[in-house]
Amino acid sequence: MLKTTSSLPLTPAASVGGFNKVHALLIALLLLALTLPLYVSSPSHQNLAILILMAAQIGVSWNIVGGYAGQVSLGHVAFYGIGAYTSAILFSIYGVNPWIAMVVGGVLAALVSLVIGWSCFRLKGHYFAMATIAVAEIIQIVFTNWDFAGAAVGLTIPMGEGGWANMIFAGKEPYYYIALGLLLLTLLANFAIERSFLGYYFRAIKDEPDAARSLGVSLSRYKQIAFAVSSFFTAMGGSLYAQKELYIDPASVLGTGMSIKMALVSILGGVGTLFGPLLGAGVLTAIEEGTRTLFGGSGRGTDLIIYAALIILIAVYYPNGILGYLKSRFARRKAIQAQADNAAQEEAK
Amino acid sequence: MSWEILVQTLASGLLIGLIYALVAIGLTLIFGVMDIVNFSHGEFLMFGMYSSFWLFALFALDPIFTLPLTALFLFALGTLLYKLVIRKITNAPMVSQIFTTFGLMILFRGIAQFFWKADFRTIENSMVSGHVSLGGIQIGAPQLTAGLGAIIVTAVIYLFLTRTKLGAALEATAADKEAAQLMGIDSQKMFALAWGVGAACAGVAGALLSTFFPIFPEVGANFILIAFVVVNLGGFGSVVGALIAGVLVGVIEVMGGFFLGPQYKMAIVLVLFLTVLMFRPQGLMGKA
Repeated sequence: MLKTTSSLPLTPAASVGGFNKVHALLIALLLLALTLPLYVSSPSHQNLAILILMAAQIGVSWNIVGGYAGQVSLGHVAFYGIGAYTSAILFSIYGVNPWIAMVVGGVLAALVSLVIGWSCFRLKGHYFAMATIAVAEIIQIVFTNWDFAGAAVGLTIPMGEGGWANMIFAGKEPYYYIALGLLLLTLLANFAIERSFLGYYFRAIKDEPDAARSLGVSLSRYKQIAFAVSSFFTAMGGSLYAQKELYIDPASVLGTGMSIKMALVSILGGVGTLFGPLLGAGVLTAIEEGTRTLFGGSGRGTDLIIYAALIILIAVYYPNGILGYLKSRFARRKAIQAQADNAAQEEAK
Repeated sequence: MSWEILVQTLASGLLIGLIYALVAIGLTLIFGVMDIVNFSHGEFLMFGMYSSFWLFALFALDPIFTLPLTALFLFALGTLLYKLVIRKITNAPMVSQIFTTFGLMILFRGIAQFFWKADFRTIENSMVSGHVSLGGIQIGAPQLTAGLGAIIVTAVIYLFLTRTKLGAALEATAADKEAAQLMGIDSQKMFALAWGVGAACAGVAGALLSTFFPIFPEVGANFILIAFVVVNLGGFGSVVGALIAGVLVGVIEVMGGFFLGPQYKMAIVLVLFLTVLMFRPQGLMGKA
């Protein structure tokens, strides 16, 4: 009995019907996020908030293919890099408006994902994961040696004229709102997918591929769709990174560590859940930045040790992520409550 | 002239390929028995290198002589790691397995940096140094020794798996855990053994490399990706496959570097890897 309760599709949206506590909490969180610059004015704290939003956005993007459709991509940084490089090249060399360049980068990444998916989706599990690592490494090697794209040195986006038209700002606040807007857009897309037939197909591909195929679901087509949507939004995140930092190089936007981080954010929070990556991004960024400021100065890797130990602890003891853990706790409490109620009723009889 | 350089390049590819094979055999052994991909495998190699380095620096013991000691250290580390951490994720979802071993990778690098700093270290003037001239071509003596050492250790592993009762039990667990258990084989012990032997393989490879390769906390990163490629090409769980694929990758890597420039040698290996995966997803030697 306990088991059936905890294995329900436990997204907040799954609670059918009108307004409930979860909705209230979400609206409160949204208001809190929208007004954050009013009560957090220090640039370094605002920057921390931006980092969390950006990590959450790529986590949500990764989750579409890695979580919902269950295709664990460990080379997603390729799309992030394609987004970053496309917008940086278009903007700094051809003077294309960064907002348009951002969308172009997303479309390009989605097209590349079709090529990668076409060749890799017949692979399962570990094989798929490792093939995606290989693809990302190849793309990194290409960019490291491509003089037009700045090779190993990277690209600097000239400061030029600031303002909303060029997505360049001296302060942190505008970047905060852009990051928040992009995250909300990505969440909205994810929510729409979760609610549509696509969401069911993705989960069917993940949990029961053979059954899905026998019902006429084209596995490769829907994996491709998940991959393309996921890479489109990942690339948008990469473009935002380029505009925010005004400098990119292969190590920062094409390094393997970033691929791992995207997956880690959604795994820590809860794979295949809408809001899991948000939690994961908050926790992971806090751990990363916290250990760096507290122990990073020694240069002796103390921050790495603590960071790694926490990842291992979470991966070993909370394999369903933080959201999964909270939900199972919640479900258990409910079950115990129900049991107590039943007992009380029996007693009354 | 150019012909000699080509042969020399081929020979160096063959020798480094034997090391790749040894690293990959450790990885494939663990995967074959437990279905877990060990992302921290390169760090076993790194610990093997540091073990050789410190035994040399502190006690002036040559890496050649301390090889068994290094193997023993790494065997102990592997089994300990299994008992403390890996045992708990035996039946966990694939993503938590990946992230546990990934976390171990960062942890081990952090530990190395904490104790031994991020500096590059080298073993100078070890017993084997200089060059050997073979029919007009020059081969570094440390490389030759490392290649030969890797062949010997690979042969020992192969004989252990095919000729001893313990090895047969390990292979049986890899083939079918439940059936092996019904025959009275303790799968927990076999898992621990696989981690011990797997770590020892990587450690020995590190010890063999230590006489001619710089030693630093992130050195494993150079080898883990290649080990993945070798294991995939050879077929997960196959020792002979890993040996053949290791040599193949070593040769292709140096030839690619020779003809296209060293910056592309890894890209060539990866393209080959993806091509083979597309046509034979189970690897060159793996069974469908």
